Amino acid sequence: MKAQDLVEVVLFFVLLIGLTPILGNYISKVFIGNKHFMLPVFGWLEKLIYRFIKVYPDEETNWVSYTINLLVFNLIGFGFLFLIQLLQKYLPMNPVNLSNVSWHSAFNSSVSFVTNTNWQGYAGETTLSYFVQMIGLTVQNFLSAATGIAVLLALMRGLIRKNTDKIGNFWSDITKSTLYVLLPLSILFAIVLVGQGVIQNFKAYETVQTLQGAQQVIPMGPAASQVAIKQLGTNGGGFFNSNSSHPFENPTPFSNFLEMLAILLIPAALTFTYGKMVGSSRHGWTVFTVMLILLIVGLSISLTAEYSANPIFGHLPLMEGKETRFGITNSILWSTVTSAASNGSVNAMHDSLSPISGMIALLNIMLGEIIFGGVGSGLYGMVIFIILTVFIAGLMVGRTPEYLGKKIEAFEVQMAIIAILSTSFAILLFTAWASVSKAGLSCLNNSGPHGFTEILYAFSSAAGNNGSSFAGLNANTFFYNLTLGFGMLIGRFGYIIPVLAIAGKMAGKKITPLSAGTFRTDNWLFICLLIGVILIVGGLIFFPALSIGPVIENLLMKSGMTF
Amino acid sequence: MSTKQNTSLFDRKILLQAAKDSVIKLNPSSMIKNPVIFIVGLGSVLTTIIMFAGILTNNFSSFNLQIAIWLWFTVLFANFSEAIAEGRGKAQAESLRKNRTLTMARKIVDNQEVSAFATDLKNGDTVICESGDVIPSDGEVIDGIASVDESAITGESAPVIRESGGDRSAVTGGTKVISDRILIRITSEPGNTFIDRMISLVEGAKRQKTPNEIALSILLSGLSIIFLLAVATLPAFFGYALSASELPASQNLTIPVLIALLVCLIPTTIGGLLSAIGISGMDRLLHRNVIATSGRAIEAAGDVDVLLLDKTGTITFGNRMATDFVPADGVTIMELADAAQLSSLSDETPEGRSIVVLAKEKFDIRGREVSQLNATFIPFTAQSRMSGVDLKKDDGTFRHIRKGSSETIRTFVQNNNGFFPQNILNIVSRLSRQGATPLVVAEDNRVLGVIHLKDIVKGGIKQRFAELRKMGIRTVMITGDNPLTSAAIAAEAGVDDFMAEAKPEDKLRRIREEQADGHLVGMIGDGTNDAPALAQADIGIAMNSGTQAAREAGNMVDLDSNPTKLIEVVEVGKQLLMTRGSLTTFSIANDVAKYFAIIPAISISLYSGKSGIGPLSALNIMNLGSPQSAILSAVIFNAIIIILLVPLALKGVRYKPVSANSALTRNLLIFGLGGIIAPFVGIKLIDILINM
Repeated sequence: MKAQDLVEVVLFFVLLIGLTPILGNYISKVFIGNKHFMLPVFGWLEKLIYRFIKVYPDEETNWVSYTINLLVFNLIGFGFLFLIQLLQKYLPMNPVNLSNVSWHSAFNSSVSFVTNTNWQGYAGETTLSYFVQMIGLTVQNFLSAATGIAVLLALMRGLIRKNTDKIGNFWSDITKSTLYVLLPLSILFAIVLVGQGVIQNFKAYETVQTLQGAQQVIPMGPAASQVAIKQLGTNGGGFFNSNSSHPFENPTPFSNFLEMLAILLIPAALTFTYGKMVGSSRHGWTVFTVMLILLIVGLSISLTAEYSANPIFGHLPLMEGKETRFGITNSILWSTVTSAASNGSVNAMHDSLSPISGMIALLNIMLGEIIFGGVGSGLYGMVIFIILTVFIAGLMVGRTPEYLGKKIEAFEVQMAIIAILSTSFAILLFTAWASVSKAGLSCLNNSGPHGFTEILYAFSSAAGNNGSSFAGLNANTFFYNLTLGFGMLIGRFGYIIPVLAIAGKMAGKKITPLSAGTFRTDNWLFICLLIGVILIVGGLIFFPALSIGPVIENLLMKSGMTF
Repeated sequence: MSTKQNTSLFDRKILLQAAKDSVIKLNPSSMIKNPVIFIVGLGSVLTTIIMFAGILTNNFSSFNLQIAIWLWFTVLFANFSEAIAEGRGKAQAESLRKNRTLTMARKIVDNQEVSAFATDLKNGDTVICESGDVIPSDGEVIDGIASVDESAITGESAPVIRESGGDRSAVTGGTKVISDRILIRITSEPGNTFIDRMISLVEGAKRQKTPNEIALSILLSGLSIIFLLAVATLPAFFGYALSASELPASQNLTIPVLIALLVCLIPTTIGGLLSAIGISGMDRLLHRNVIATSGRAIEAAGDVDVLLLDKTGTITFGNRMATDFVPADGVTIMELADAAQLSSLSDETPEGRSIVVLAKEKFDIRGREVSQLNATFIPFTAQSRMSGVDLKKDDGTFRHIRKGSSETIRTFVQNNNGFFPQNILNIVSRLSRQGATPLVVAEDNRVLGVIHLKDIVKGGIKQRFAELRKMGIRTVMITGDNPLTSAAIAAEAGVDDFMAEAKPEDKLRRIREEQADGHLVGMIGDGTNDAPALAQADIGIAMNSGTQAAREAGNMVDLDSNPTKLIEVVEVGKQLLMTRGSLTTFSIANDVAKYFAIIPAISISLYSGKSGIGPLSALNIMNLGSPQSAILSAVIFNAIIIILLVPLALKGVRYKPVSANSALTRNLLIFGLGGIIAPFVGIKLIDILINM
């Protein structure tokens, strides 16, 4: 690792920390209802949308209606996406005449984009038309991210309100998130990306003569607009199959740096928004610090592993699966960031990472995508862990546990457990099924522990709504399309529904004022505690699975064996 | 009753009974109440069946036998912890029952006295009790006054006065009238008297899970399901790894091994000790002579962050005391002290007595017999509003010594053609400002000076309040005094806030206000006036000496009728919650080491090639002897730790009045960090013993 690598990593984190309060403050203005500079730009559009969908933004609902609205909205998104894939051939903007998509692949992709997972069992350039990519996928990139923010907003309202059952208006939340947060940032970012050389056109694929004289088809398309939101909205679904390692998606080291920053930008900013809205900026920074520590520790381990000599080859650097344009540090930083946030875009093949680096990416996902995590979803996932931490450790101060003045009782604990259980359930059961069934095993490219890691990674990525692929697994099959699709649904809505239920229950409670007897959630002690609970409750479940996958592989590699 | 005798933790009789009960508790219908231990129970049954099936098929596995034995021990130890906690309560209930012999009551029916069984008395019946009678049931004195021996419930041998009207009218069934005669209206239904309820409470017969216990049970069950998932999917992962390492599928994990792993991972420690912690919380309260009507009340006690405390009796001694004499110009202090003492010799009020004592202690003026002095004592009356003494001098004339408020003494002196000096007025107003009560002393037409009567704040109470403040608890003093006096006492006692000139309805209003702001309020009271406030408060402690209405309204009764008890109750509540949290943390932290014991043990053969020792043996950081001993050690540790922690569960973790943050740091270091390290050491030691 050279000094310039270190400088880049440090610069990355400095920028992340610096941008968090700026963007976070802006987002809080948007949702508290204060005046902000985007209001004159899109305010008219917001009003128009409300009139069009016949919604009064001030009419708030209880958590059940909020959940139903959210589910209906996502179901409509799913249905639309599913249909346009099945009917792709008959729809416009299909210059290379791609045929209709198989129903199970369409099911998988639709679920994938609605749940903010953006797992891609298909290859974009050979499967989907510009119409499906733009009207279908890119739109869902916005809406799935907005859904995450909406859930977080509802949760925040539940925590700061008292003696009410109203937790907000879903339609207003989703409109504001899209118009004032996601859209302006994406437009700005897309323009910068185009400046760096990301393509944005509707041309048919071009055929060129290579230097050796062979013919090569170069796919075209409106990439920049999708790349911007895929990074910002922690979606990760690439326009092209090779995602951000493709030069048309990620042409320069500068675009690479910005795309990495874009992954964490909104999730990090939301911690500040959260602190501001719940009335304790210190608490917001505490949550940010926990995420940052987990990220940096993971990154350090991953970098160390990748830079350590592979005893089989004994020389550096190991560039298999990586872009020479980016090198090792940029590949590892990306793999850590994309798995920590539930982004899932890649600029290097995770399949080729050293076993330990691959395990860190895997573990980041398994912990529940809470290290910054998805837009909105990362933070509400973290709140679930905070609730568990407060409940377990809060008793040790001699009071029944409370978080932000709200008592944590049986109902909240139950919901938190359901949320954590649903993701683990999807990961472990589907992996177990796939690792002993013929349908599951026949799609493996690698044997031994590496093959097992590929399966484990696929289901973790799906259930964690990450969407990155370890590759090496041919997942566009009936078995994987369906199991992964259900994994994504369980991982997404198995979390959202309990979180909204907690929001609803919390809104009805009193707020106990702060005193010296209160369990503090804004100091270093709490940071250590929360990390401990995340690792022990969230991580230990996967200890056996990880042992049989990457841990064994790493040990075997050291004794000279690979798969 | 035995509350005062400290039941030893390891009373032999209780231990034996608990051992017996822990077997009886294997009954599935009682086990199902504790899901974590129920899972262990199912595992034990399954392992035992597999072990016997092995014997039948000539495939006996001593490993399975040992696992089965230790799993059964895990269940028994958990049952034992609950049984021993209940046993301690039962021992107390036993001694209570002895006091409730079959009493005959003297019931009044149509003004006729008839004999009736105490157990047949109903709410509303009237009975009569004379000296020597045992009061047949709970009731209220409606006529008469009597001294009553309540040692049966309070353990206090000094008799107490019970009289009709006022705040000392409640009597308890099972106590004994020592003198006089009282008419009692029964206020409880048969089988539901105070003693009946006490017995059922200490026995834990009607114990219901408290809200926090329910929430914790849900967490523990949830964690159990999560770990069940981790264990249940393991054979599939192993199946994959076995075939990848070209090993026969028959080498896959056996059910006893999976059960062992599951039992080690699920939170058996806290699961086994949870109800013992709850029962012993009640028990600890009982040792302080406080009876809670529910476990929920103890939990709420830990949460209380505002305490309403009556000034009199809690913060100050019940009465004002003389602390100083301030003479008028031209009067010596000895002269004033002498006059003050003379005027108070026959004054039986505590204030009067304190004047005599002060004169004696400070100025060595001995008390004199009133009768020898030819004196007539003038008692305080509502009309005169002063008291004093008329002394016949040798010449036959009288000395008229009076003491009273400055107003009345001014009138007295002016009526005797004297004048009231300005500097006395100054002294009086200065003392009033300090929160004291000045009493002016005069002889005939001369003002002699002022007696400084003061509320005496109890020793150590200021420090107590400072401790409470550290714990985040605010104290509010309630007093009928005027704001000036209240402020002075509040400052001296170090309370955070006070309510002056408070009427009972003000208390209720204050509680409601605090609760609306999100606070949980605790208070202690005795009078019927206090009943609404006691009912409204989150913790309402009624003094046992108080009225029946107060006792019904509160959710705790203090048998000692000691107002400072409220603070101790809060401490017991906090300690209970801390114990629960600490052991939960310990239990969960234990899992790390158990993984490191069992995972390398079960996966040693994977990818082992010809050597038989696979790469995952690198995870055997404890360097345990063999795979089998590793698994066994983890299971044994898991069982033994329950029994080792029983004393802690019963006694509670060490409690200190410190801020939430310091308490957390301390408990986290011991139970969090300790919980991670302890099993590494424990499992290693057991493994060494096994392999010896």
